[in-house]
Amino acid sequence: MTYKKLKRIDLIFHEDCECHKVLEKTFSKSNDEIINDLLESGLKGRGGAGFPTGLKWKFTAEQPSDERFVICNADEGEPGTFKDREILFKVPDKVFSGMAVCAKVIGAKKGYIYLRGEYRFLLPELRKALDKFHNDIKDLIDFEILIQMGSGAYICGEESALFESMEGKRGEPRNKPPYPTVAGFRNKPTVINNVETLVYAFMICMHGPMKFKELGTSDSRGSKVFSVSGDTPIPGIYELELGMALDQFVEEFGDGDTKAVQVGGAAGFCVPRKKLKETIIGFEGVPTGGSMKVFNSSRSMYNVLHNYLEFFEEESCGQCTPCRVGCQQLIKGIEAVKKGEKKAVYLEQLLKLSETMKLASKCGLGQSVANSFSSIVGNFREEMIY
Amino acid sequence: MPEVQELVKSLADKYGRKRENLLHILQGVVEQERYLSDVALTEVARELDMSAAQVYGTATFYTFLDTEPRGKYVVRICRTITCDMKGKNQIIQALEDSLKIKLGETTQNKKFTLLETNCMGWCHQGPAMLINDQAYTNLTVDKAIEIITDYVKNK
Repeated sequence: MTYKKLKRIDLIFHEDCECHKVLEKTFSKSNDEIINDLLESGLKGRGGAGFPTGLKWKFTAEQPSDERFVICNADEGEPGTFKDREILFKVPDKVFSGMAVCAKVIGAKKGYIYLRGEYRFLLPELRKALDKFHNDIKDLIDFEILIQMGSGAYICGEESALFESMEGKRGEPRNKPPYPTVAGFRNKPTVINNVETLVYAFMICMHGPMKFKELGTSDSRGSKVFSVSGDTPIPGIYELELGMALDQFVEEFGDGDTKAVQVGGAAGFCVPRKKLKETIIGFEGVPTGGSMKVFNSSRSMYNVLHNYLEFFEEESCGQCTPCRVGCQQLIKGIEAVKKGEKKAVYLEQLLKLSETMKLASKCGLGQSVANSFSSIVGNFREEMIY
Repeated sequence: MPEVQELVKSLADKYGRKRENLLHILQGVVEQERYLSDVALTEVARELDMSAAQVYGTATFYTFLDTEPRGKYVVRICRTITCDMKGKNQIIQALEDSLKIKLGETTQNKKFTLLETNCMGWCHQGPAMLINDQAYTNLTVDKAIEIITDYVKNK
């Protein structure tokens, strides 16, 4: 495996962007050229799942339909992630412009930003920026962006749950397939991208695919915005090149006493100190939507896991049994082991349960509980017992 | 409660009476009333020509669409891991003492409700809380009391 050195990048927040000019230049290209640039760049979705963005746009554009939509997923709910808020606060024009390029490519007249309820305070400024943007692009494209507010449900960050919510229903994930590229919002072909993905797509239009492709590794091209929190002297938002080893990250951000790093939030993986060196941050190693939480040796990993499980138990939509009941039983289970009501071997049964949830749950929420569960229990077993 | 009926009607006029507009309308009611009363829910159902059960079922899915009476100011303290590590329990304790209510309760004058909430995206500046839409970060016990005292006195 090839490791990259930790390197700070300044693409997303760099303030040299004349969006209108870039859009004008981009719109002079054919849709195929734009898609090819995206494919060539290697950009993968920045929400965590990592689907190639160019393919998503291509599939949606090819789907026969009278109407298509582009949706910006700003329901940033993963614990430890706060970069989308910063992007929408600092460079909203780049987000809108990314949506406009997508709209041109897929032939959408309407776009939506689904903004989590907790970020409602962003609305006045966003609306102002949006009015100005609409005015600026009038001569370029017939495209309108609307903002839809969420109301405090983590699961609505899951794309099909988000569509349900936008249609005025409970945010319960749908069965897949069909995928959003075929039947998304109002059952029409829909591109749904994370805030950061849309900005990178626009950056690729601005700088060309090579500048992006030069960064990162063959599996994880480009840079990514990381949200760093926990036991670090310098918490905050950092754009870094993908593909670095985790020990480099800890050297830069740790407090000298790092015990573990939770990569990818509650739905992600816990990497203990002894595995920092061999763990690569990227799609070939541990992927992340940007959440990096650093824990030092004063932290109880039992408490960390318990906190995550409480989070999942509450945020599970309750639709499918493995996730609804599984989350409850995992909490009960680790509590019982901790209290000594169950023997330590009971943890094996709980691990099996989390594996079952991974296989049998309907959506990413239930499927990823096992990530943090097995990586914390597996690496810090004694902390679960004593 | 004719005001609620008026409110629901004006929201339905503004957003439309299709199912797709349901969340907008419910959010609009909560913005004004801080919660969805039974009267409001049945009124929404009537305006949108839906069953009350469907409206209730949708509303109760969302944490921010409260169906219990809430104070004018809803204080939500983040309980997720980073804010927990940085001492959200002390903040909650301080606010409970200051407002003389427990977590989940509303003050007698219906001005404040104290709640916990899941990660609200301020992990690098925890502990954090929301008062209605406004976020407050890097809280200390003193800072939290200062903020809430300001609300008690001046709002």
